[in-house]
Parts: sequence; C-alpha cells; structure tokens
Amino acid sequence: MSTAIARSEAEDLLYEEADLLDRWQLEQWLALYTDDAAYLVPSTDLPPGTSPDNALFYIADDRMRLQERVVRLQKKTAHSEWPRSRTRHLVSNVRVGAADGDETPVTASFVTFRTKNGVTDTYMGRLLYRLKRTEGGLRIREKRCELDLDGLRPHGRVSILL
Amino acid sequence: MTAAATVIRPPRQEMVRADRERGIFRVSRRAFVDGGVMEREYDALFDRCWLYLGHESELAKPGDFLTRTVARRNILFTRDSQGKLHALFNTCSHRGATVCREERGNAKVFQCFYHGWVFGCDGALKNQPGQERYTDGHRESGVGNLTPVPRFDSHAGFCFVCFDADAPALKDYLAGAKEILELIASHSASGMTIVQGAQQYAIRANWKLLAENSIDGYHAVTTHATYLDYLKNMAGGLVPVPLSGRSFDLGNGHAVLEYKAPWGRPIAQWVPLFGEHGKHEMESIYAKLAERVGEERATRIATHNRNLLVFPNLVINDIMAITVRTFYPVAPGQMMVNGWALAPKEESEWARKYRLYNFLEFLGPGGFATPDDIEALESCQRGFANAGYASWSDISKGMGSAEPSYDDELQMRVFWTRWNQLVNGTEDAR
Repeated sequence: MSTAIARSEAEDLLYEEADLLDRWQLEQWLALYTDDAAYLVPSTDLPPGTSPDNALFYIADDRMRLQERVVRLQKKTAHSEWPRSRTRHLVSNVRVGAADGDETPVTASFVTFRTKNGVTDTYMGRLLYRLKRTEGGLRIREKRCELDLDGLRPHGRVSILL
Repeated sequence: MTAAATVIRPPRQEMVRADRERGIFRVSRRAFVDGGVMEREYDALFDRCWLYLGHESELAKPGDFLTRTVARRNILFTRDSQGKLHALFNTCSHRGATVCREERGNAKVFQCFYHGWVFGCDGALKNQPGQERYTDGHRESGVGNLTPVPRFDSHAGFCFVCFDADAPALKDYLAGAKEILELIASHSASGMTIVQGAQQYAIRANWKLLAENSIDGYHAVTTHATYLDYLKNMAGGLVPVPLSGRSFDLGNGHAVLEYKAPWGRPIAQWVPLFGEHGKHEMESIYAKLAERVGEERATRIATHNRNLLVFPNLVINDIMAITVRTFYPVAPGQMMVNGWALAPKEESEWARKYRLYNFLEFLGPGGFATPDDIEALESCQRGFANAGYASWSDISKGMGSAEPSYDDELQMRVFWTRWNQLVNGTEDAR
C-alpha cells in the first residue's frame, strides 16, 4: 500500500473532520481516528513539541479517553455543552510533510469559533497531524492543536473539540 | 457579562446575614455584581492579605526569574546569585517602563529597554547610561533600585507577598492552613515541584464563585455526573471507597475539606486502571512515606483528599492530582485564573505520566469536570442579573452540626464570615 499522501487528499480529510465537528456528528468524527490515536491541546506557555508525559496540557487524550470524551459530549449532563454551542472550524495552509514509516505529518492553520449564551470565543493556532493510511482509508493517528493564545482568555474552557 | 463595573449602591450594606438560631446563612448577591464592592475588595482584602506568588521550585537555579500579575500588580520574582528569592515591582525606578517583559527565564541582570538602566536579580541598580551625569548623592540614596514588594515570605515552599507593610507575619496569617501546606509539601522526601505548563484561563463570573466552588463537596454528584459516569464506565476506574469526610475551619478565613473518595490518587491510592505495575509503584511510594512520616500521617496523606482554601484566593486541591490555583477579579463579572500542577520533585516516569493523566481527566479547562464548573459559575453570574429581586444566596447546609460533613457548606461560611469582616465590616480585623 502506498504511503504517499497528496495534499488534496489530506485536505479532504481535514475538511471532512471540520464539517463533522460543526454538525456535532461526533461518533463519525471519532471514526476518522485510529485505534491508537492521541488528541492533544498543550498549555500555551509550553515550547513546541513538549510531551504531555511530563508537562501540564489542557487536553492529552489517548484513544480510550477520546472515546469517553465523545460519550460525555453527547450527554445532557455535559453541562458546558448542553445546550450545545455552535461552532465553525476553519482549516487552511495545509502542508504535507515527508512520510515517516507508515505515518505522514501534515500541518495546517486553524480558526475555530464557538458561540454560546451570546458570546463568541475564538480559538486559533497550528494543527499538527500524523496521518496513517489504513484499509478503511486515511486516518488520524495524532492531532495536536497548538494555540496562538496567551492562555485560554477570555474563553475559560476547551469544552468543544478543536 | 464583561461590561464595565457599575456601582449599584454604596458598599458597606448588609452583605452577609447569619441567623444561627434558625440555621440560615445568606449572602447578598450584590457582593457578586457591584463594582464598588470589587474596589473595596482590592483595598481591604487584596491589599492587606498575604497572596500566593509562586512556588520556590519555579525558580530552581540562581538567576531564574518569572513575571506574574498579583492583584493587578506586575511582579518580577527572582532568585539572585546567592540563591535568595526576591519579589520586586516590575517597573523601572527611572521612568516606569516594564523592566522584564518575558514570562520566565534565567538572567544575570535585567536591562530596562527604555533608557538602559541595569538591575541585578536583587533589584539593585548596577548601571545607568550617562552615570557621570548623576550626583554621588543620587547614586548612594538607593532611589535607583527596583522597589521590593513590602512583604515576602514562604512556607513549605509556597511563596507569598503582602502589599501591607504592617500585616502580621505569614505564619500567623496562615493559622491552621500552615499544617495543611506542610502535609501537601511532605508527599515526597525529594520535595515538591510545579510541573511545567500553566493553565491560564478566565471565567465570566465573580471570583468568589470560584472560591466557593473550589471547596464545594456538595455539587459533585449533579455538576460532575458525566465525570462520575466516566469513572464507572472505565474498567477499574474506581475502588469501593465511599465519599466521606469532614470540613474544618482553619482560622482567618481558611478552610479545608478532608475526605476519602473512590478515585485513584498518585500518592498511593491505587485503582485497577493503574495496572499491576502501578500497584507496585503505589505500594513502594506508600511504604517509603510511612517509613518517613509514620503510619498514621502516611494514611492521612495517601488516602485522604484535601480541598484547601487559603483566604482569600489560593486553592490547593490534593485530589486525583494536586492543583494550585489563584484567581483575581478584573470586573465583578469576570476573573482571571491561573492553575498549575504540583508533583514530587523526584518520581518515576510512570508516576509522573499517570499523575498528569489523572489531573487532566478531572481538572482544568479541557478536563471532564472543570468546564462544567465554569458553566455553573457563569450561569450563577447570569442569574445575579436578578439580584435586585432575588437578592440572596443560601449557604446554610450543615449549620448547627457539630461534625460538618465534607459536603456541607461550613467552609464557605468560614470564607464569607472573614470576607465580611474585611470588606464590609467595621472591625479592624486582619
């Protein structure tokens, strides 16, 4: 199986992901991730590339906890997201790096808006993906969202998926 | 919700109403929305209480520094070449520019970029361009040095500042909280450290709502239903230890909850999720702890959770991990929050990893619990728009009980009683 990934192919996956998130199709969104996937949002004062094993992040989910995050977000008792916020995920500047084994690094810029209770918060930054080609198609093995913010201010939370 | 402060009525009206006979304790919701109250809080409380600045581990080596805002003031926190800690106002003695504009680092000197004055890590003026144009008297007077914060002291590694030169000593101020800080500091023989990475966030709610929430044992079952569901779903996420414990008045407005809980604790409450390797680690951590501090104290440290509030705004929660948190109002309806993770200086890679994994599960703005707390506090603040009519909050749970439970509200009454003395009272009670 060829591991080379065209930019258009990576873009299709990222746009599909953004669309699923904006429509709150979280089970389908999770299906884009491999069984050993990680979803990471580092704290904003950490140097790029820092590992969550020895530094405090906002989010450092393995696949098991990511699954639970999706379960949680679909409950009415996930108060922060019930009633649900409205979101819009914008992804651009997509670049595909050189394949490394069965993985290909992809970077992108993102802006995500979240609106609830008359307030719109903006999250923006850099996305670092590790994509893997599987029999089911192109999948995400890791998504790391490095925020270009001085802390989560004024937001106060990342209760949505970025 | 973040609109500029508006003064509804002059402060110093009745804010706390305690009817001990009938067991009713109520707080005026004006305390959460009135801009005049916030200004009085800055004068009577943040300018007079000891406030958390940082942990000594954050400045591990000589020359290490960090900048931090404490009660609206810009502080430069340094360790000089002799290893001594200094808390300095981060403003040039010459014309006021911010001397250090980095968050943290290591430096031998600090040079103000405006006119080039150079200061040592102790704040002493070392050099100024055109020095020959100043008199000997100017040089010798010390007016060129950076101004230190009036009071600086530390206890068990936790460093505090106070803007009131006449305040009582830190150890007297801390009262019963001293022992709890010592307990938290004694998790490891190697000492404790702040893990790199700060959770900096904001909440569109009054800061006192977070003081209440941080020591609230009553809300877990409803606010954090999804978190408890999650632990139940995970094979081995819980052990059969029922939630039970007490709350304690530590004096001077400080309070603590101490309770047992079913979740895993990286200081030696094992849950099956930690695995067999984790079991060995936990047993070894506990054995070393018991050897060092004795069986009784080791049991207290390892199996009891602690939610500590050091009045007015330092929270140290030693729960599924240890979080250190401070928060300040920028408007009656908005606060800035800083949160850190505290951990043993020396622990295995496994233990550090599981500690942080445990931390993020519950704590912080991306966890499975904190976002719902934030939602609750913001919804309270929206509710306070009705403060003119629905005027009082009720904090009566457990009143009159000789043994207040961890899920009663004694600890909040302790906070509010002290708050009322300082902010709204007539007695000069530090």
